[in-house]
Amino acid sequence: MSELVHPAAVQAGAAARDYHLAHDPHPENGTALGFWLYLMSDCLIFAALFATYGVMGRSYAGGPTGGELFDLKLVAINTAFLLLSSITFGFAMLQKQMGKVGGTLGWLAVTLVFGLCFLGLELYEFHHLIQEGAGPGRSAFLSAFFTLVGTHGLHVTFGSIWLVVLMIQIGRHGLIRENKRRLMCLSMFWHFLDVVWIGVFTFVYLMGVL
Amino acid sequence: MRHDKILKLSLGLGPALLLGGCDAVLLNPSGDVALQQRDLIYLATGLMLIVILPVILATVLFAWRYRAANRKARHDPDWDHSTRLELVIWSVPLMIIIALGSVTWVSTHLLDPYRPLSRISADKPVAAHVEPLTVEVVALDWKWLFIYPEYGFATVNELAAPVDRPIRFKITASSVMNSFFIPALAGQVYAMPGMQTMLHAVINAPGEYEGMSANYSGAGFSGMHFLFHGLDQAGFDAWVQKNRAAGGVLDRAGYLGLERPSENEPVRRWAAVDPDLYRLILNRCVRPGSTCMSDLMQPMEK
Amino acid sequence: MDLRTWILGRLSLEAIPYHEPILVATFAGVAVIGLAILALMTRYRLWGPLWRDWIVSIDHKKIGIMYMVLGVVMLLRGFSDAIMMRLQQAMAFGDNMGYLPPHHYDQIFTAHGVIMIFFVAMPFVTGLMNYVVPLQIGARDVSFPFLNNFSFWMTTAGAVLVMLSLFLGEFSTSGWLALSNLGNQNPGVGLDYYIWSLQIAGVGTTLSGINLLVTIIKMRAPGMNLMKMPIFTWTALCTNALIVATFPILTAALALMTMDRYLGTQFFTNVDGGNPMLYVNLIWIWGHPEVYILVLPAFGVYSEVVATFCGKRLFGYASMVYATVCITILSYLVWLHHFFTMGSGASVNSFFGITTMIISIPTGAKIFNWLFTMYRGRIRFTVPMLWTVGFMITFVIGGMTGVLLAVPPADFVLHNSLFLVAHFHNVIIGGVVFAVFAAINYWFPKAFGFRLDEFWGKCSFWFWLAGFWFAFTPLYVLGLMGVTRRVSHFEDASLQIWFQIAAFGALLVALGIGCFLVQLVVSFMRREQLRDADGDPWNGRTLEWATSSPPPQYNFAFTPVVHDADAWWDMKRHGYKRPLGGFQPIHMPANTASGVVISVLSLVCGFALIWHMWPLAAASFAATVLAAIVHTFNYQRDYHIPAAEVAATEEARTRLLARHV
Repeated sequence: MSELVHPAAVQAGAAARDYHLAHDPHPENGTALGFWLYLMSDCLIFAALFATYGVMGRSYAGGPTGGELFDLKLVAINTAFLLLSSITFGFAMLQKQMGKVGGTLGWLAVTLVFGLCFLGLELYEFHHLIQEGAGPGRSAFLSAFFTLVGTHGLHVTFGSIWLVVLMIQIGRHGLIRENKRRLMCLSMFWHFLDVVWIGVFTFVYLMGVL
Repeated sequence: MRHDKILKLSLGLGPALLLGGCDAVLLNPSGDVALQQRDLIYLATGLMLIVILPVILATVLFAWRYRAANRKARHDPDWDHSTRLELVIWSVPLMIIIALGSVTWVSTHLLDPYRPLSRISADKPVAAHVEPLTVEVVALDWKWLFIYPEYGFATVNELAAPVDRPIRFKITASSVMNSFFIPALAGQVYAMPGMQTMLHAVINAPGEYEGMSANYSGAGFSGMHFLFHGLDQAGFDAWVQKNRAAGGVLDRAGYLGLERPSENEPVRRWAAVDPDLYRLILNRCVRPGSTCMSDLMQPMEK
Repeated sequence: MDLRTWILGRLSLEAIPYHEPILVATFAGVAVIGLAILALMTRYRLWGPLWRDWIVSIDHKKIGIMYMVLGVVMLLRGFSDAIMMRLQQAMAFGDNMGYLPPHHYDQIFTAHGVIMIFFVAMPFVTGLMNYVVPLQIGARDVSFPFLNNFSFWMTTAGAVLVMLSLFLGEFSTSGWLALSNLGNQNPGVGLDYYIWSLQIAGVGTTLSGINLLVTIIKMRAPGMNLMKMPIFTWTALCTNALIVATFPILTAALALMTMDRYLGTQFFTNVDGGNPMLYVNLIWIWGHPEVYILVLPAFGVYSEVVATFCGKRLFGYASMVYATVCITILSYLVWLHHFFTMGSGASVNSFFGITTMIISIPTGAKIFNWLFTMYRGRIRFTVPMLWTVGFMITFVIGGMTGVLLAVPPADFVLHNSLFLVAHFHNVIIGGVVFAVFAAINYWFPKAFGFRLDEFWGKCSFWFWLAGFWFAFTPLYVLGLMGVTRRVSHFEDASLQIWFQIAAFGALLVALGIGCFLVQLVVSFMRREQLRDADGDPWNGRTLEWATSSPPPQYNFAFTPVVHDADAWWDMKRHGYKRPLGGFQPIHMPANTASGVVISVLSLVCGFALIWHMWPLAAASFAATVLAAIVHTFNYQRDYHIPAAEVAATEEARTRLLARHV
């Protein structure tokens, strides 16, 4: 140990340094940042699926095209459901800000209804396509379509399950800090899904029909 | 301590240095394209050794000189920054990479496998009237099918070409990605189902050269090699005759039989090939009743 | 469908490979060792402590150690695969077909790659970051301690699936990235084991990336701004950013392949519009940043080791940071260099070739910075420093061959050859593996309270260094001789001598690993002589050396305030004295079993999907989701360590320091 070079001691008389604070600092909660990062990673999965759709979106393999298959009226209704659900989630968040458990739960329930309607319509659309022989295995275009739209739908499904769980937890514990954090995360998740749907709606349905 | 290090170093580099004496086909190829690629290997290595050799030497030198037991060496525990040195550290490699990058841009375009040859060798340009020899290559599980459309015959696991005549390979595969590679001749190109890739090359010296798949494709992969014969004109004509004399026709049914997985196939020949066979293979519609990709969409020709 | 198929899917007694002698022998060996371990654990009543102190622990230090243990265990498996390959390739010439039929050999090279990257290198790197980063930034734990535990168990679940494939069914034969599977359904279970083990482990890795990123951003001690962070923490920051930004692509690519397999989609088929080239692109968009995920923390380790053992500040700290960030960003712009030969055209190939070369500039800057840290230092050749010097000489050759391969026309003759194999082993072994051993020797005393034995450490190093060069120089030569990779039998007898030299090299590496294992045992036996009493055995520079060895559960009794980079060195310079009183209760996260439970359920689900046991798959998936939901109903996730307990721990340390002054 005698070979070790020790830090040269600072001149006596130099200002002493404080290496501890009077009150031990508590680190900031990282949940919001962590959830954002997770959301960005999820966004990347969607990006890969959009890229896949971009590559394969015209590979019809002699089968039906988007123009032949897509029912834009149905898609418009579905989009309306999803967009409305984002608005109602916003209302729920406003209620949360005011600390109103009942109001929060009420608007969350409306959100859930819209979300489930969205899912129901989407399942109906998928079922119809498969019945017509335009299932995911028919062509690369359809594989990409079902996967992109289906992955979004899966996310909405998990979001809905999470919504129900969170409603129970708010019902049980009220709008405590932890529940407010969770609501904020779910809110980000829900709006994110909305944004992805705008991409799907534009890139897949509208441009598919052109 | 230092002696150990230098010993280990030379043990490591020694075999590499011995390379010059051994028969490394990449360093001693017989095809002009491969030769130019070899020159690139030498150039890139040389450029980088400008930095690498001093770094290795400096590492050994500093490790020795500044070892704790050596009290004579100057000790500067707080010296941790030098703008001038940083400039050198970043700019010298940058300049080397700029040089190498420029060489890369030019050579990648000149040696693009899709680009028809402009020269037979360093001192022989391609004559204006010369038609390249076209060979259609199909990678199967686990053998190579070669179709010569100009001559109308086909072989499995045997390829030949006349010396100093440009060859144009059109390459595809039947099931999975393989890679068509004759190290002595030129670089490799992937063989992909439903797609056609190309390779332009020329063989400058007669001989027998190893050919193989350079992309693992399954259980029979290790046996998926063939011989490429570089022949003088007389030899090539004789080879053509041998194939014509073999008889037999490779038709669609024959191909479907060939397509079935088999390993370590011996050389086979057919005097005649269905003239449409390659197009059908490329469009994945050899099987009667299947739809050609070109009828669904354009096959991806590059 | 009959009841048996409904319950057991395609699982049957045939899945047990009792006619493969190597596997039977392996199973016997594993069973014997396994039973011995179980017996010893019961004898010494270790089950309780194992569960309480390790399995359900959310302490980053425990989790870090568990990752390292996982890495060592899987290293032994992955290296056995390597030895088997070297043996086969050394003997299989002409009439001698070797002892491994192609189907078996192909599983071995696939398993070797998958295990080494996903279950050796990743756990080692994650384990190091997990253990060291919170200590280096003056934090008590990571931002999401439960997720940390969960990530570890998900990684382990993936490893368990891979190991299960040895004894039930078979493993994939499609290479570590499953490229050769494209367009080919490969109906056996092998590829399914591959897919599910990677997807499960991938969840763990992605969450771990998010965790460490938030930790570094949010939990640094007061005064530690970004440019005062230790360099290892900087590399951890960049690495975890890369993880979050790339693993989702792997998830997507594997998911698409899974859908082709299970749902009959046409993503990567050869018909109906499928495009295998898309898979190649997606997988390498992940694959290239992945190797930087492995090597950046390695560079961080070397930076810490060099500065400590040269007794000097790291040369060019700012430059190191910029170089690391440059490398992180550039790693996204090079992926096509893995398939120059796929025919993308000269301009595209050149672009990616040039970006690949550009990466060598910041990497070279780092090497120079380490060199100039050594310059005018006082270098102590401890085992970590030996590994570092070995790295500097070895890695630069690998980097050189990498830049060579970055020239597309040169790559056309070298792609997929043994030259390529030599190159990537050169940079991964010389870069990552050497760093792991340096890091283990460096931080072992911190983690366990005693140093590792020097002699056996040096033996291990020299065997590895010599072994590496003997094993891979012949492969460079063979690549230049036109030999391609993944071949299990050769006709040309002139190649054999090179394979025999390579096998000898593998033997030396085996001795190196053996010496490492001996080192662990000998160090444990000699632990009193090797005791690290004051927590700072190397006269270190960063905050982890301010704690005791091992650190208390709470790491720091009082969060340190940082004034300078090399915070601990700065504290020593200013005559820092540990506070001896005034301790307060410390807020800590509580242990939980949720992580291991959810992971085990995921493992069951993966297993069920592999064997097409659909009811079990559905049930276990539902159970997994349910377990996660149940976990969220637990709001009591923390507790306080009473001030008296903190005081007692700190007093014990004061006494220890007084005895060993």
